[in-house]
Amino acid sequence: MRKNLFAAFLAALAALFVAWLPAPADSVTWTAIRDARIVTVSGPVIEKGTVLIRNGVIAAVGAQVDVPASAWVIDGSGLTVYPGLIDALSSWGLPQAAQAQQQAAARGAQPPQQPLQPQQPQQPQQQPQTRSWGPQDRPGTLSWVRAADQVQPSDPRLGQARNAGFTTAVVFPRQGIVAGHGAVVNLGGKTAGEMVVTPDAGLYLALRPSGYTGFPSTPMGIMAYFRQLWLDAEHYRQALALYASDPVNYPRPAYDRAVEGILGAKRVLLPAEGPVQMERMLKLAADLKTPAVLYGVVRGYEMAQRLKEAGTPAILNVRWPARDRDADPEQEESYRELLIRDLAPTSPAALSAAGVRWAVSSEGMDTPRAVLRALKQSIDRGLKREDALRALTLNAAEIFGVADRLGSIERGKIANLVVATGDLFDDSTRVRMVFIDGVRYLPEPELPTPPAGAPGRGPTSEEGEEQ
Amino acid sequence: MRAWIFALAVSAGALCTADVIVIQNGTVHTVTKGTFKGSIVIRDGKIAEVGEKVMTPAGARIIDASGKHVIPGIIDAHTHIALDSINESSVSVSSMVSVEEMLNPESISIYRAMAGGVTVCNSMHGSANSIGGQNVVFKLRWGADARGLVYDKAKPSIKMALGENVKRQGSPQGLQIPGLQSPQNLRYPGTRLGVEDVIRDAFTRARAYQREWKDYEARRARGEKVLPPKRNLELEPLVEVLEGRRLVHAHCYRADEILMLLRVFDDFNIRGVTLQHVLEGYKVAREIAERGHGASTFSDWWSYKIEAYDAIPYNAAIMHRKGVLVSLNSDDAGGAELMRRLNTEAAKVMRYGGLTEDEALAMITINPAKQLQIDQWVGSIEPGKDADLVIYDRHPLSVYAKVEKVFIDGRQYFDRDEDISRRPKIEAEKEGLRRKLQDQQKQAVPQNRRPS
Repeated sequence: MRKNLFAAFLAALAALFVAWLPAPADSVTWTAIRDARIVTVSGPVIEKGTVLIRNGVIAAVGAQVDVPASAWVIDGSGLTVYPGLIDALSSWGLPQAAQAQQQAAARGAQPPQQPLQPQQPQQPQQQPQTRSWGPQDRPGTLSWVRAADQVQPSDPRLGQARNAGFTTAVVFPRQGIVAGHGAVVNLGGKTAGEMVVTPDAGLYLALRPSGYTGFPSTPMGIMAYFRQLWLDAEHYRQALALYASDPVNYPRPAYDRAVEGILGAKRVLLPAEGPVQMERMLKLAADLKTPAVLYGVVRGYEMAQRLKEAGTPAILNVRWPARDRDADPEQEESYRELLIRDLAPTSPAALSAAGVRWAVSSEGMDTPRAVLRALKQSIDRGLKREDALRALTLNAAEIFGVADRLGSIERGKIANLVVATGDLFDDSTRVRMVFIDGVRYLPEPELPTPPAGAPGRGPTSEEGEEQ
Repeated sequence: MRAWIFALAVSAGALCTADVIVIQNGTVHTVTKGTFKGSIVIRDGKIAEVGEKVMTPAGARIIDASGKHVIPGIIDAHTHIALDSINESSVSVSSMVSVEEMLNPESISIYRAMAGGVTVCNSMHGSANSIGGQNVVFKLRWGADARGLVYDKAKPSIKMALGENVKRQGSPQGLQIPGLQSPQNLRYPGTRLGVEDVIRDAFTRARAYQREWKDYEARRARGEKVLPPKRNLELEPLVEVLEGRRLVHAHCYRADEILMLLRVFDDFNIRGVTLQHVLEGYKVAREIAERGHGASTFSDWWSYKIEAYDAIPYNAAIMHRKGVLVSLNSDDAGGAELMRRLNTEAAKVMRYGGLTEDEALAMITINPAKQLQIDQWVGSIEPGKDADLVIYDRHPLSVYAKVEKVFIDGRQYFDRDEDISRRPKIEAEKEGLRRKLQDQQKQAVPQNRRPS
């Protein structure tokens, strides 16, 4: 502990005064996982090899690696090492208040149909709703908000996520319709700042009115609003440039934080359940002149070809549609509903076959482990295990522009690793430990049991027993 | 129920798409060139030849229509089908929104309406605002995606509305709209006077915006370095209206407000408007006709609100006789109910007003085509026009008539016999799928409940 503090102090000093100097020699820590099966994702599987970690970064990987004498050596025989899993659209590590609402939304829960105030319960500690009369009121627009500024290392869900092998999540603010910028965060670390890998994962857009009353009240209105907002941002950019070039002749544009937030967006996340919404969103993204990532993509099996053509990545919600547990037994479902329910788990295989870059979201899942179980269903229906793994690792890193640091076991990448007793998608496999930034985490006891028989839910003690 | 119709319809895409089709020996109602017993040759999606005697090209698919009737595809000038959003009701001018964005090609209403003989429809923004959103004209090519449905030859248009729908949200006594009932949510206007003000104000702002851009273009042409005006998606469509590049469909009921609207259009020099509903149009038919505006109305549907009481079934016939271009529409939204029997709606103008068969059929074919400015390509059976055709088993103006086949662009999208004969198969497929999923779910539960 003292040593860690000292190291942190030195690191802070270094950052402040001598950022270009190498870290002092005595702060170097080496960790080696030896004799393990190593699934690198970016390259071939190493049946028996070593991963060497230096100060939280992968220094070497291979069948033959020289391990320094001072290294802490972990015997990996009989174990498999994977890159840490990435939840590509998540709320892990963000304030809990927003969580219940997001989960409800992910399940398609609608606000109550009663004569309103539907939004109030969904808006904890937010200012009272304002009536928007048009785009100029910037309804539901929080484009200056950054998830990176909200990350909480104390979130108990982080432990649950690590238990299932997740080491990274891409988290987004969710309030309003332009909800703010996401961040790629590691699921371990002493401070929020340590956890953030990048604060610029993209801008989260939603098509359900929230956070205001008035305009826009429909998805149609929201799309029109997005277009106007982006046009305003472009005009703002031009006005700033003219002012900078000639302040005598051109007026100084009024500061507008809503459009400032837009101008910095690397990409936008847009919802698309099926082909119809996909076409809408691809057109919208083209009009906004901003690369899009589509999320939801339940009917990916019908969308793969078009997504490939458009070069648009997808983040799958793997909470496969199912008949409501308490649905009216006499309620007849349409052929289309049944088809979607049957075919949704085949989306991953279809997307991989078409060459679409896709990743996975934990949205709406009861536990992080359930994400793996859901993908196992897809594997049973034709998805290759390596494609499933790639979706959970390198694909997600590529989609969010952090593939130089995350997503595979390669020299120079952040040492985010999962050490498991076998194949990650097998039900009997246990996660023995994970590494985040080179720091080892052992499995934690699970959270209290949910109501018995909740779908997709395993017993709570399974990881706990392993310790 | 829904499901098999959907599945069936998907398979309808597989119906014959021979290059040349000849519909033989039917009673052909051309609407514009008389009715006769004869044949129609379809080539490359267009009507190649029509007449009592035609040359039957070798290799053509022959459809025997003896004893049957052929009419041009029905055109519905006012619907709201297949839209995932209809009303952006939060503001009084919502011209920035477009229902085309929300067109849902998976909506079963498309198939149902098409099976009722409709081949083109104008699916519109709702009537919640004085100036509403942009509309979409599409062909009911069931199975196509949204882009494939849109009839891009149709001129763009915008919805406007007067009266109760648009003012009730501005009145504390008005209908309580969920989410909008608190006083601060009341929306101007709350009276018919205010409606006129909102419209005049919007077009005045549009004129100023138009001028702003013209000034900018002029300065730029002179080589000045200038910041362009801010683009305004609310006003751009209104500028198009002022410049005659966008049509207007205006929802209205009462004669007094119709006259108000006609004066507003006069003042802004807006031409070729189609008045929608226009139930009191018979009182001001001369004023409408003088200005060359059109009217799209119901045959005999009224009294659903106060402003819709003073209506008569002779409305369409009277306006027609006074020289107004009249069409009959369904105004269908969720389902396609009235839309499936627009032929009998047309028949009623013979009963009420004594119009001829051709005049009646015109009100659901060539007249709405003219109102949508697509009459060059659709709306009648003439050589060169799109092969949008409907075959009925009986006279289409009879209540006993059933649609047997529907062609759009020469491709058959509906076949009644095939629809009926496929139903058991599709029902069986669906039932099999239902059982399979049920079994999967049963198996899945124990798997997830391992002992701890």
